[in-house]
Formats: sequence, structure tokens, C-alpha cells
Amino acid sequence: MTDTAAAPRVHPQRKLDHLVYVLRANPVTLLAFVMFALIVLSAIFGPALIPYDPLATNAARALQPPSWDHWFGTDNVGRDVFSRVIVATRLDLSISVAAVALSFVVGSILGSAAGYWGGWIDNILNRILDTIMAFPLFVLAMGIVAALGNTIENIIYATAIINVPFYARLVRAEVNIRRDAGFVRAAKLAGNSDARVLAMHIFPNALPPMMVQVSLNLGWAILNAAGLSFIGLGVRPPTPEWGIMVAEGANFIVSGEWWMALFPGLWLMMAVFTFNLLGDGLRDLVDPRKRT
Amino acid sequence: MLSVQDLAVSFKTRRGDVAAVRGISFDLAKGEILGVVGESGSGKSVTSYALMRILDAGGAITAGDITYSGLDLRRAAERDMRDIRGREISMIFQNPRAALNPIRKVGHQIEDVLRQHGRATRYDARAQAISALEAVRINDAEARYDAYPFELSGGMCQRIVCAIALACDPRLLIADEPTTGLDITTQKAVMDLMRDLIRAREMSSILITHDLGLAAQYCDRIVVMKDGVIVEQGDPVQIFAQPQHAYTRKLVDATPRAGESIRSLLPPEDRRDLVDHMVQDAPLLDVRNLVKTYQGKSGPVHAVRDISFVIKQGQSVGLVGESGCGKSTTSEILVRLMDATDGEILFDGDDIAAIPAKGFAKNPRRSDIQMVFQDATDSLNPRHTARHTIGEPLRQLGKLKGPALTARIEELATLVGLPLPLLDRFPHQLSGGQKARVGIARAIALEPRFLILDEPTAALDVSIQAVVLNLLVDLRAKLGMSYLFVSHDLHVVRLLCDHVIVMKDGQIIEQGPASVVMNNPQDAYTKALLAAAPKPPARRQSA
Repeated sequence: MTDTAAAPRVHPQRKLDHLVYVLRANPVTLLAFVMFALIVLSAIFGPALIPYDPLATNAARALQPPSWDHWFGTDNVGRDVFSRVIVATRLDLSISVAAVALSFVVGSILGSAAGYWGGWIDNILNRILDTIMAFPLFVLAMGIVAALGNTIENIIYATAIINVPFYARLVRAEVNIRRDAGFVRAAKLAGNSDARVLAMHIFPNALPPMMVQVSLNLGWAILNAAGLSFIGLGVRPPTPEWGIMVAEGANFIVSGEWWMALFPGLWLMMAVFTFNLLGDGLRDLVDPRKRT
Repeated sequence: MLSVQDLAVSFKTRRGDVAAVRGISFDLAKGEILGVVGESGSGKSVTSYALMRILDAGGAITAGDITYSGLDLRRAAERDMRDIRGREISMIFQNPRAALNPIRKVGHQIEDVLRQHGRATRYDARAQAISALEAVRINDAEARYDAYPFELSGGMCQRIVCAIALACDPRLLIADEPTTGLDITTQKAVMDLMRDLIRAREMSSILITHDLGLAAQYCDRIVVMKDGVIVEQGDPVQIFAQPQHAYTRKLVDATPRAGESIRSLLPPEDRRDLVDHMVQDAPLLDVRNLVKTYQGKSGPVHAVRDISFVIKQGQSVGLVGESGCGKSTTSEILVRLMDATDGEILFDGDDIAAIPAKGFAKNPRRSDIQMVFQDATDSLNPRHTARHTIGEPLRQLGKLKGPALTARIEELATLVGLPLPLLDRFPHQLSGGQKARVGIARAIALEPRFLILDEPTAALDVSIQAVVLNLLVDLRAKLGMSYLFVSHDLHVVRLLCDHVIVMKDGQIIEQGPASVVMNNPQDAYTKALLAAAPKPPARRQSA
């Protein structure tokens, strides 16, 4: 009854206006976007701005607590922890973005096909996904990296594989409920082939819930990459990476040098926190119904 | 008994407060049935929610008084309201399936209400629930007690909702569009039942509906609402005979009834002369022995059983029947979205039933056969603007692009009466009538020779239905299309069609020229359909 009463009288605003509205409507989203911007900026410009070479050792200044010279202190071979934390942003962010992008694409294709055509495609896919999800996912990722070899690409593949089921399941459900919708039949009448209907008409409607999944997944992916490095798989020292830094720093916590593990851990936590907050905002951005 | 004084309700939204109800006053006497009639957005549902104090978040009563038997409902404590709801005032909602909990047995849902208000104990609840089911004339109430809502038909669900609403013998029943979405014979059965129960129990009732004809038939008094204010109230016969307000006149005009022409649905100033459409003798579509059988869980389901009919070039054929009669299946097969089990569909002499529906998108006949879907909202992609939607068949099948595409889209929008600035809106920013126009523009974009209209006005207000039906008549004359008009409403079909086919249980039970079938129905089912339609009182003779 109220839908027509609420029908807007103004023209659709531009996307920028919509972004401004979404940010103003929800301060948490604003905070998330600001933090996300900081993370991206430090990933891009960090290496140019840091005060010290992240790989340069200085035995004379080993294991110094945080000071004006070394904000986050120095590690056991005298490297500046602050510089290393900032430089690591680029690597950790690229691993997680690449892994999530890969699982988004693969999961979307598989899930769309299963949701739209159903039948044996659906059955086979579901059993494969069940199998993947039956493993403890982190152990599966460890296994994949151990088997394929200790490289950054393999961390990305492993992280992507363990995330595919979430996307495939979600897309499958979203596609499935729209398979017989009126606008899908209308698209067929307009001469679209099945594949085109799926790609251009049904799939974009699954984007809002996907965006929530993407942002949560970015957080998990970072944790996963850091976790793999922590246990010695994946990225190798002396490359600055949050997981390795926490792992190395953990040995020194007992002797009182807390800063080596705390600051990379804190940065890791902030990144994951940001991505978790980002989800709702991203969904609001891609949902046309939020635009009036 | 109930008195509403200067009631105002407003909602907080993204662009400030919106006044949904702006100062309305009415009284309801004991034993009276009051009809509240209005179109979407008139504030009629909001009024009823305000009476029950169940407004959505953001909504608030901003002014006025509601007095029920001396009790101030606006200021009553929430705890007292809980007591009043169900026991004193109860409500029947629009969609019976949504109002029932899908995972609980209907008998238990009736018991819940009884026990909530202390009307039954654990020991006699079952017996009382069964007698409540019997009161709404459900056959074999004992067995139905254990049914789940999905096992029951829409009409049956609405009876259960009635049983729940009446279980505690309320003194006031508010029914919000109780029969929208039900078949016309079911509508009559449910409304008759409700009226009988209300009269027998000496209750008062408020019937909220968009259907002036229905309200006139069942109510003692009618209140007509528009944009949150009452524009007219009075006796139904009086309102039909001499509507005072311009809006009421428009509503009365737009209500279809026997013996009117399609132009008379419009306000007098909009009635232009009807251009006759040409019907040729050559058949455009010749359907022969069409059969569709599904493999259901409990054996085959015969959706369409051996039907044959002919649509001539330029002819408009009405396909009438109630839900489940196979009319939607038939139209899906004809529009080549579904394959028939058996039979031939000769389109211009070629058997198009032989071409699988899967590959029909690439068939040259695709642009000749198009369809306007039932639910305009559901048939528009929520992520596409109106411009994108209308352009879709032009890009895919017409191979238009650039300025030619834009020009054609704007030409179509003008043709269906959609203002050009609205082309860049998303579906949720358009009203129901505007969405219907987008759907029609898309369907006629390629100038099809055969257009299937699947209840194109079912979700629309009557005044918009009047405009859309007239638009369809004008388009037919202009473009020379043949229509298959699928509907459950014989009165609407009669206005638009030359020939009528009545379907029941997958079979054609009667067909013939519209005037013959309407005025002299042969089959008992056709007679029942005609009799079930609401009969509005006579209209004033002038204009």
C-alpha cells in the first residue's frame, strides 16, 4: 500500500551522491571506508614513506622498545618493526584480494550453473563442495600449500579453494530463487540465450549478498595467509609479512619484548575488523533499491 | 462503538516525514459493516494498523483520537492493547498464506489464540479449535485440524485465518483486502461466509478494499479515501447513484460491470472514440490437441488436456478460468517458454510446437510472439532502468543501437504514455501503473503479431486498470495485433475480447463469441463464474 506513496519524485542521483548518502546514513560504514582507504593507501604508498629499509639489519639497535626513532620498536636483528608492518600491508592485501577474486569468479560460475540448470550439474557440484567443506579448512589449505610448494601463488590458490564453496552455495541459492522470475522469462522473450540471461539478468541480482560475503572473506583470507606463514608455510623470512612477524615475535614475548608480536598482530586485527565492517556498506552501494 | 476523530499518521523516511493519513474521522455503530475503499497509497491499510496500534517502525499517530467503547486506544498501554487485540478487535490480513505460520498445524495456530486469551485450557483447546473450524464451514474439520497451511488452498487458508480471527468472539473485525489474490468464486464464498458470521454474532466490521463493487455489495456504509483523507462517505447505493466527489466518480466509472463499454471506464473527459480493429478470417494461430502433462510426485499431473482453438488475425481472444485451470500453462506453451507434451501450434501455418522452447530465442518467429506478464513488479529486472528494460528486445532481436535505439525507446514510451523522464528510473522508483506500461512497451517493442496478456491488470488499481485496458485497445487498433487475454475476470475480458474461451481442469468447457458466452452461458461453471463477480449497484444515467 505504501509503495506508491513512497515513490520518489526526483531523478536518480549520480553514484557519488549515493555513496555520500550510504556513508552518512551509517557512521560505522563511514568508519569502515576510512579505515579501508588508509589500508589501501599504506599498501600503495607505504614502501615509499617508511623511515627505514624493512630488510636492513642493525645489530647495534636490536630489540629496542618503541621510541620516537622506532615507533614500534626493533626486532632481534635490529630491523624497524613499524617499517616492516607497513610494507607487509601490500603483500597481505594482495594475497587476500587475489584469493577472494579467484574464489568469487570460480564460485560464481559454478554456483550460477548449478542454480540455473539444476539436475546433475547441481548434484555433482554439491557433492564436491560438501567434500571440500568436510575438511577442516585451514588444515586443507596447509595440505595444499605443502603439496604444491611453498610459494605466494600457492597460498593464493589454497585460500581460494577453501573459499569457493561459500560463494558457490550463496550464488546457487540466489540464482535458484530467480530462475523462474518474471523478468527472467521476459528476458528470454527478448531473445536472450540461457547463458546470457544467466550472466546479464540473474547473476547481477545476486551481487548485494555477495558483497557482504566478499568483505568478510577478505578478512578471513588475510587471517588465513598470515596463519599459513605463522606455521612456516608460504611466505618465507625475511620478507615482511604479518603472520611471520607474529611468529618470530612470539619467541620474544616471554622475555619481555612484546612489541615484536603485538604490532603486526594489531595491524592484522585492524585489517580484518575493517573488512568485516565494510560488508554492509558495500551491499548498500550495489543494491539499486537503496538508491532513490 | 468505534469513533475515530481527526486521526493523523505519519512515517519517518529518508526524505523527511510523510503523512500517510491526514485527519480522518468516522464512526462505526454496533453491528455495522463499514467499507473503507481507496487505491494504493490512500492510507486505508495504515488507518487499520493505527486502530490496532501495529504501525511499522517509523510510523506514529501524530494527532487525533481513537475511542473504542469508551476506551482511548491511542493512549492505552501496550499491555492493554495486547489484551484487546484478538479478544475485542481482531484482524484478517491480505495474504492468508503469509498470515499463517507455515510450519505449524492450523489447529495449533487456532489453539494459540484461544489459550493466549484464556478462552481455552490445555484440555478443551482441541475441541474448541475444531468447533472454530466448523464455524467457518470447513468440511471435515477434525481432519483439517492436523493440516499444514501449504496443504490447503488459498480460500481454505483464508477461512482458517477467519477462524483464528473469530476464535475469541471479538466484537470488531477488521478485514484488510481479505480476498485479494483469491479466485472469484472463492472470493464470493469467503465474503458470504464473513458476512453471515458477522451478522450472526452481531459484530461490527471494517472491510478495507480497493474494489468498490465488492464493498458496495457487502457493506452498510462506505468511506472513500484518497491520499490520506476521506473524500466521501455514505450509503453504497447512494455513492454509486450519485457520487459527489470527482474522485469517487472516477472510481465508480472505472469499476467494470455488465453492459458498459471499455471507454466508459475512463472519466468522461478522457473518452475518445473507439477505433475498430480489423478481424480477418485467416487464422493466425491454430492450436490443435494441445496436451501438457507433468511428472508429479504422485503420478502424472494433467495441466492441459487436449485443447484446440483458433485465433484469427487481428482477433482478441479471452482465456478465462480460475487458478489451476491450465490457462497459465497454455500461455507459457504458446509463447514458447515451455514445451508441450503433445499437439500442434500452427502459427501462420508453421508448427511452432515442434521447435524446442530452449532454442526458440534464436528463432525468427521470436519477435512475432510476445507476452505481457502478470506481475509487473516481478517481470522487471530490479537492476535495470526502464530504458534498459524496454531496449532489451530491441538490442537483442532488433539489433538496434545508438541513437536509433534511443529514438525507438522514446517512441515506445510515448506510445504507452510513459513520461520520458521516468525512463531512467529503476522499477522500485515507479508506481504500479508505470511498471505495467514499461512491461507493455517492452512487449510491443518489436511490433509482434501475437501478444499474450497474462492478467496484465491483476495487480493494478481500478482506475489504472481502466487506463491500461484502454491503452491496450488503442494499441491493438494502431498495430493490428492479435491478443490472447488471460484473466479470471469475465467482466474485464468482455470489454476487450471478441471471443471467449472458458477453461476448467485443463479442458475447454465453453467457447464462443464474447457476447454469446457472457449473456447466454451454457455451462454451469461459466454461469457460476459470472454469478460470483461482485454486482455493483446501478450507476447514475447521465454522462
